[in-house]
Amino acid sequence: MSAFLVITFSGIALGAIYFLAASGLSLIYGLMDVLNFAHGLFMTIGAYLGWEIATRLPSSFGAPALITLAIVGATLGGAVAAGITELVLIRPLYGKPISQILVTIGLDLAAVGLLMGGFGSTALQIPVPLWLIEPTRIGSMFLPNANFLALGAGVVVLVVLEWFLARTRYGIIIRAGVENREMVRALGIDVGRAFTLVFVIGGAMAGLAGILYAVVFSGDLISPTQGDSLLIFAFIVVVIGGLGSIRGSAVAALVVGLLQDYTSFYIGGHSGWAQIGNLSTVLLLAVVLEWRPRGLFGRVV
Amino acid sequence: MTDAVAVSDLHVSIAGSHILQGVSFNVPTGGVTALLGRNGVGKTTTLRAILGLVASSGQIQVLGHDVENWPTHRIVRLGIGYVPEDRDVFSALTVEQNLRLAESSAAARYDDVFSLFPELKQRARQRAGTLSGGQQQMLSIARALLNDRPLLLVDEPSKGLAPKLVSEFASVLERAAEHSTVLLVEQNLGVVKRLADHVVVLDHGEVVHRGGAGDLDDPALVRRLLGVAGAA
Ligand SMILES: Nc1ncnc2c1ncn2[C@@H]1O[C@H](COP(=O)(O)OP(=O)(O)O)[C@@H](O)[C@H]1O
Ligand SMILES: [Mg+2]
Repeated sequence: MSAFLVITFSGIALGAIYFLAASGLSLIYGLMDVLNFAHGLFMTIGAYLGWEIATRLPSSFGAPALITLAIVGATLGGAVAAGITELVLIRPLYGKPISQILVTIGLDLAAVGLLMGGFGSTALQIPVPLWLIEPTRIGSMFLPNANFLALGAGVVVLVVLEWFLARTRYGIIIRAGVENREMVRALGIDVGRAFTLVFVIGGAMAGLAGILYAVVFSGDLISPTQGDSLLIFAFIVVVIGGLGSIRGSAVAALVVGLLQDYTSFYIGGHSGWAQIGNLSTVLLLAVVLEWRPRGLFGRVV
Repeated sequence: MTDAVAVSDLHVSIAGSHILQGVSFNVPTGGVTALLGRNGVGKTTTLRAILGLVASSGQIQVLGHDVENWPTHRIVRLGIGYVPEDRDVFSALTVEQNLRLAESSAAARYDDVFSLFPELKQRARQRAGTLSGGQQQMLSIARALLNDRPLLLVDEPSKGLAPKLVSEFASVLERAAEHSTVLLVEQNLGVVKRLADHVVVLDHGEVVHRGGAGDLDDPALVRRLLGVAGAA
């Protein structure tokens, strides 16, 4: 029983990271019809920037301050990288979705290659405070603190994003733009600016997802292709949840995270077939698409 | 006085079909100019071209500016309120949020639009997608009237509505035309006769008639140009 709860908690935390990775992707697709294959790169950039910050600043800062700065830096780094990508590569290609997909794939391949060249393909380790590695005891269970960090970040981002979309003017512009971009323009609103903002927000969450994934799930390790492997799950989550729906992404991310953890532990753990967790998410995707092609929370397109 | 809109030799092709084939007309400042023609002749496309929502060639002058190749939001900010043919309210947003989105300055006239359409005030927090067709049209018109716009482009405001609402919207537009120029696309001949000062008739992507509203009193002309009985 206690193992089940621990695995459940870990699945929820994994789901939280998937949500961070997926929500930006979903927003970007929902508003702009851009399948942003560079989203994995924004995660990787966040992770490496976090690593640079955590390892280059003097250790006298103390591990808690360093990891905090690394997380903040990763988030900002993802935001800046995404903003520049939108302005320089995406914007000139409005209305040409295939070209936009190709240019983001190209950017991703080129940048991953650069990172391989610059940092090498071996994973780097990011120093984390002891507290993150220790578990917290609740009743008879020991729950990893790092999982609390992931869950907390996921919940905060979900709440802030929902608030932003529901209450602020830009949030309303973005929601209206997802529904009918032309009519937003016809009200005299520069949708292009909203596009850039959506990229910046999506990039921020990607950067955050990148550093947190490294800290929480890959044993503090960072590698050039980490973002791209996360991106696959982010795409699965977005499609299951319904393109453009934040709440859909949150629910789908939880389902995917839990399914992946349950299957790898209960089936993979016994059969020694470790990839069963990944396979199960792809099967889930197939089932959902068969049953509800628009995803769980998808709108009529 | 200059024209509020002047269109000259306007061509639009969509998906390989040449929809507007050299349309030229002008909308004098003040009053209502009705853009008429049978279904599918290109009236909506003409309005969309003026707004920069479809690619076109030719000259388009709006409120004294040559706006070819301008982005839509810049054209609209010259001072245009637009009521699209399909209302195009944002169904996921509330009535209030739809209006807030349309707000272009702190001088937005909420009191005015709420007194024109009290129902919108009562339903401020209702999602626009759950409004009836008539209420959605109120919202769409309210959005266009919220700001003080010198030019209104209104596309078939009475389409699919009950006669009582049709005449309510006609009165609203009549009042709006007292201080804005209105370019009105409308199939309901009664409404056109009541509101229009000038008429422009399109057929097969070209202007086939320009004149005063009095031309609509000639049933033979109406039947020839619009293919409808002129008695409406
Ligand atoms: N997006 C589009 N794709 C293809 N054809 C279109 C499109 N928009 C309009 N048309 C065609 O252009 C013609 C004019 O349409 P429209 O401007 O809507 O006419 P009206 O408003 O006068 O009824 C019609 O034949 C219509 O089918
Ligand atoms: Mg039309």
